Amino acid sequence: MQSTSHAFKDNARAALANQTLQKAMKHVKSGFIDKRAKARARLPEFDALRDEARDIKNHTLANLDFYLERYEEKVTASGGEVHWTATAEDAVKAVLDICRRVDAKVVTKGKSMISEEIALNQAMEDAGLDVVETDLGEYIIQLRKEPPSHIIAPAVHLTKEQVEADFRHHHQELPSERQLSEPVQLVAEARQMLRRRFLEADVGITGANFLVAETGTSIIVTNEGNGDLTQTLPRVHIVVASLEKVVPNLEDATTILRVLARSATGQEFSSYTTLSTGPRRPEDLDGPEEYHVILLDNGRSNMLGGDFQDMLRCIRCGACMNHCPVYHAVGGHAYGWVYPGPMGSVLTPNLIGVDEAGHLPNASTFCGRCEAVCPMRIPLPKMMRHWREREFERHLSPPAVRIGLGLWAFLARRPKLYHFVTGWQARLLARFGRARGRFDALPLARGWTKHRDFPAPEGKTFQQLWAERQESQAKGKSAS
Amino acid sequence: MSSSKQQILAAVRRSLRREQPDEATRAELEQRLGAPHANLVPQRAQVSHAEQLDMMESMLKELSATVVRLDSEAQVPQAVADYLKNENLPPQVRMAPRDDLRQLPWDGQPLLEIAEGIAAAEDATSVTGAFAGIAETGTLMMASGPEAPVTLNFLPENHVVVLRASQVTGTYEEAWVRLRQEVGPGKMPRAVNMITGPSRTGDIEQTILLGAHGPRRLHVLLVDDRDTAAG
Repeated sequence: MQSTSHAFKDNARAALANQTLQKAMKHVKSGFIDKRAKARARLPEFDALRDEARDIKNHTLANLDFYLERYEEKVTASGGEVHWTATAEDAVKAVLDICRRVDAKVVTKGKSMISEEIALNQAMEDAGLDVVETDLGEYIIQLRKEPPSHIIAPAVHLTKEQVEADFRHHHQELPSERQLSEPVQLVAEARQMLRRRFLEADVGITGANFLVAETGTSIIVTNEGNGDLTQTLPRVHIVVASLEKVVPNLEDATTILRVLARSATGQEFSSYTTLSTGPRRPEDLDGPEEYHVILLDNGRSNMLGGDFQDMLRCIRCGACMNHCPVYHAVGGHAYGWVYPGPMGSVLTPNLIGVDEAGHLPNASTFCGRCEAVCPMRIPLPKMMRHWREREFERHLSPPAVRIGLGLWAFLARRPKLYHFVTGWQARLLARFGRARGRFDALPLARGWTKHRDFPAPEGKTFQQLWAERQESQAKGKSAS
Repeated sequence: MSSSKQQILAAVRRSLRREQPDEATRAELEQRLGAPHANLVPQRAQVSHAEQLDMMESMLKELSATVVRLDSEAQVPQAVADYLKNENLPPQVRMAPRDDLRQLPWDGQPLLEIAEGIAAAEDATSVTGAFAGIAETGTLMMASGPEAPVTLNFLPENHVVVLRASQVTGTYEEAWVRLRQEVGPGKMPRAVNMITGPSRTGDIEQTILLGAHGPRRLHVLLVDDRDTAAG
């Protein structure tokens, strides 16, 4: 998809003014956070499992070449085929080549963020294929021609009234007087409409949550069962997965699975965790005749061994955005590309460049909630800071920011001067602000005072107060 | 070897700042693949088998599945017929083509129509076995094969599972051990479906609803086969 990440500020302003979006986003703030907290409380080992999950991925990444080669050997041994692809274009081409060879017309898809990353739907539609998203949320946004706004709840930015309007518009063959105001009616209608598409599909495409080197298995985790119908019914199953999805063995996958659903939706385990190994066996009665894995690099090998390697541990649970005050306020579309929220702010500049996506790592208050809830213990704020440093080094930040930071750095390196200037500032502001106790306008601070008042200092800096406190405590001690 | 593969592996090794892993590392990695061991396993399900059965039942119920406990396999046909009647479902089932199900006393249910094979679009109810039940989260593990077509787990709106008490384990790790014993180390059935409750979605305003695409109802007949297994 075409990125609008460079326009984050405008996107965010529009999102804040969008009443319908703000109404829909209320559900995110409460639902996800409470459910995760409850699931965590129920499993005393949860935090210890997070440590193990982190260590498993670190171990895998340190030996990524070995595990990838072994994974491919196992896939081949089970009758499947791995297609190594370096770029998004290569991956799209590999998928299209398979579709063409088997003369596919209808392609069903399970929810896959990697397919959004490589803009697979657009390419398949351009090639004349009938592409059907089957996850309910993905189906809704496909009808609306919108990108997902959340990595596990793609239509979380919509209200049920909007979904009803979309269904009435697109399902014209159904009676117009039908009841459709409740979510239960909307779900039933989607089930009915998509059932036919599952049965007529020639190719089914899914992502993968894990690839298991021990057995050559791909794993998907879903709740609706759409991924399973997508990969079981058509003649051909194509898995699209990036390099870092690989884990050594089933036990390692299990450990990470124990923290995945709990972090994502607060479920103990998702409804369907499905492990697929190769195509239909000779004696099987159902299942696909062909099994392909599009193994995609698209920038991952570059992230390895550098400042952003930790990001490759991400299992796409969405906990970071579920707990992010900035995401809550502006929703996922404001981020302008495939991956929103804190994980997107770190990953997106890696994938489409800091020139395009430099605003995203700035869209953080560094409150640290994302890191606190990340099941893989990814230091997201630290990595956003890395991006801010690079943005500064590459002279991408605006002149006002550069001059401001330069001035501050000059002062911060000269403690005496710093204390003198801040002390003087505090006294001055205290004198001018004494009458009202606050300022509604200040030179050089318009960005702050435009939205709220600036409280007037009482005349001393924190450093001065602290020094006085230490002094009086020392006196108190020596007196006793 | 495809050139893309060489290119990607070379890029990975460049980032890792080394060529192939050294011999000692390699041996360690082979060990991890050849003889996998369990990582930290939560205490929750490390209890007696009787308690695991109770946990399996309570976890399933929490997931909005229904459970009936039976004293013997012979009670399965009656329990299936009762379930269909209580839920107002047509007396027709698509059953997994396996001997242990086939041998049950179905002739006691003359009104029940039984067809075997893969699920068809119009099938309302399937009856299948399971490979294991995992008490930790009330998860059913299905291993695909000629006796266990995958479509039976997903296409019909109602899924009835015959789970034997001896198949219930505490943890996922125990189920992996059993699976490796069954199919051989490093091998897998084509599909392993871990099913934890009925199909659900929260995609519209976070309202949790059952029956998005897979079964709307999951009904488990938990059969006590322990005496027969011991004798």
